[in-house]
Amino acid sequence: MAVSTPSSYSGSLELVCPAGNLPSLKTAVDHGADSVYIGFRDDTNARSFPGLNFDARTAAQGIQYAHGKHRRVFVALNTFPQPEGWIRWQHAVDLAAELGVDAVIAADISVLDYACRQHPDLPLHLSVQGSATNYEAIRFYHEQFGIRRVVLPRVLSLTQVRHVLENSPVAIEVFGFGGLCIMVEGRCLLSSYVTGESPNMCGVCSPAKAVRWEETANGLETRLGGLLIDRYAPGESAGYPTLCKGRFTVSDQTYYAIEEPTSLNTLALLPELQKIGIAAIKIEGRQRSPAYVTQVTKVWRAAIDACRHNPAAYAPKPEWLRELGKVSEGQQTTLGAYHRTWQ
Amino acid sequence: MSAANMTLHSPKLALGPVLYYWPKDKLLDFYEQMSNTPVDIIYLGETVCSKRHQLNAGEWLALAERLNTAGKEVVLSTMVLLESESELLALSRWCENGRFTVEANDMGAVQLLAKHNTPFALGTGINIYNGHTLRFLAGLGAKRWIMPVELSQPTLAAIQAERPEGMETEVFVYGRMPLAYSARCFTARYHDLPKDDCQYRCLNDPDGLILSTREGQAFLTLNGIQTQSAQTLNLLAEIAVLRELKVDVLRISPQAEGTEAVVAAFAAGLRGERDLGEAARALNAALPYGACDGYWRGAPGLNLAVHTG
Repeated sequence: MAVSTPSSYSGSLELVCPAGNLPSLKTAVDHGADSVYIGFRDDTNARSFPGLNFDARTAAQGIQYAHGKHRRVFVALNTFPQPEGWIRWQHAVDLAAELGVDAVIAADISVLDYACRQHPDLPLHLSVQGSATNYEAIRFYHEQFGIRRVVLPRVLSLTQVRHVLENSPVAIEVFGFGGLCIMVEGRCLLSSYVTGESPNMCGVCSPAKAVRWEETANGLETRLGGLLIDRYAPGESAGYPTLCKGRFTVSDQTYYAIEEPTSLNTLALLPELQKIGIAAIKIEGRQRSPAYVTQVTKVWRAAIDACRHNPAAYAPKPEWLRELGKVSEGQQTTLGAYHRTWQ
Repeated sequence: MSAANMTLHSPKLALGPVLYYWPKDKLLDFYEQMSNTPVDIIYLGETVCSKRHQLNAGEWLALAERLNTAGKEVVLSTMVLLESESELLALSRWCENGRFTVEANDMGAVQLLAKHNTPFALGTGINIYNGHTLRFLAGLGAKRWIMPVELSQPTLAAIQAERPEGMETEVFVYGRMPLAYSARCFTARYHDLPKDDCQYRCLNDPDGLILSTREGQAFLTLNGIQTQSAQTLNLLAEIAVLRELKVDVLRISPQAEGTEAVVAAFAAGLRGERDLGEAARALNAALPYGACDGYWRGAPGLNLAVHTG
């Protein structure tokens, strides 16, 4: 049965942390996550990576651990089933309900419809992969499937987030930290264009099996599906070839034509997010290590508590930023679309 | 026409919305030209960026009337990425036009259309990956859907097997494929301009900006906030399969030049006048960055089958 006991932090921003395995889940709970989100060990979720995620047994252990400490567990079933795999998504929804998870995070209409009909008491959140960027879309999912929360795509400015929130029938969750999708989630096929596998279809983006690193006379080259994503001069630090974060040529210029390798960090926006009534902050990174989860959860717990205590005096501490900087992609962070000039 | 041909399922030809930003005269000339081609359906409207305003809503509707008088079925397409209240207001006006069918490209549009009990079409901005989802949306009034470009022929066959009664299936068969949308304008970024002061630079690139790898391999097309393939999807050689799958509508996506010839090639293909492989190769030979058909075969989208290359 789902535990509905509010966490000790209710009333303030809920901190939603990622877990790709049981140690990550436990460390997230131990270091102050209000909720932890996980996925099952297949393509029913958008982090379908080898060696990652939970089977029925580890999920049950994780849920027991979290519920024992009055924390909640959400399961992401946020890919788009194709006809031949549809039964897997049905089973995943049934399993989530059976395990007593506190919510299923889904994107596709078929999954939401199945969950809402078969398990009317199972709380549903609309995944970021559902691409709901406006309140009419949110109303659709609320009226049709009774979703209780929506995770907004990382493309809206703070003003736009506030406007959506004022007109939304459900609670709003936003991404606060971690890998940054520059494209609207659920509407990006770049990965399958190059590798045949995309987040929507397969739960992966720029999959590791399509990656090649090559030392050449021109420098270190990173390739995805054979396509050159970036080339690094000696001494330059090389990053994972996520295809929207490579250096490409447009006319006469070679530059990060789509996006720099950078992470989202909204620590500085916390008072505003709290003030406008955001319900929850999500940390990206189910594919990251338990050490990452520990570090990021600790910092965000401290920050949310400080902000709740005294928003007027709140400012991100230099040591928080230092800690987060260490685990950020390219060691750089940005306010992303929340900051209008970034767009 | 022979008795055998009479029984062949014959898809209609559609012209997708113009995805680029063209000056008003060019846009109107283009549609004037298209009204004389054998396309059956024309999708109209700005779907990429709400700042593009060479035609206002009234002018779009007047154009829709002219094309309708010329015998075309006209469908009004909505924006894919809706962020602001003004965009929602424009959407609402589009959905309540009372005259033409609307193609929804966002669930916000589906919400408004379903509320008004208006039959509608589902565009490339709506994710339909299975028959369950399609049936659900049919229940709300959807009459036509377009297959996501990343799906393969076997997946389409499986969805067709579950297709609800009265639902028309459309396939994007020719053009640079829309692959992604962002809050960021990549055209403005290229020109080192903020999005808020983009100076409408995309007017200068009637086919978008080509993005290549550092080895000079053309990869993507930057079109404002939209990212497309650089390669052109061409399924002309697959017409027989599309017929077998009972596809109702074949979509051709406009380019600044040569769209008339593409329409002619598909129309001839549907009439069975030409060897399809040969006709496809002829179209591909004229493409500056080559053709692709990988998704259709369950492969990376940018691949191209050897026989049509």
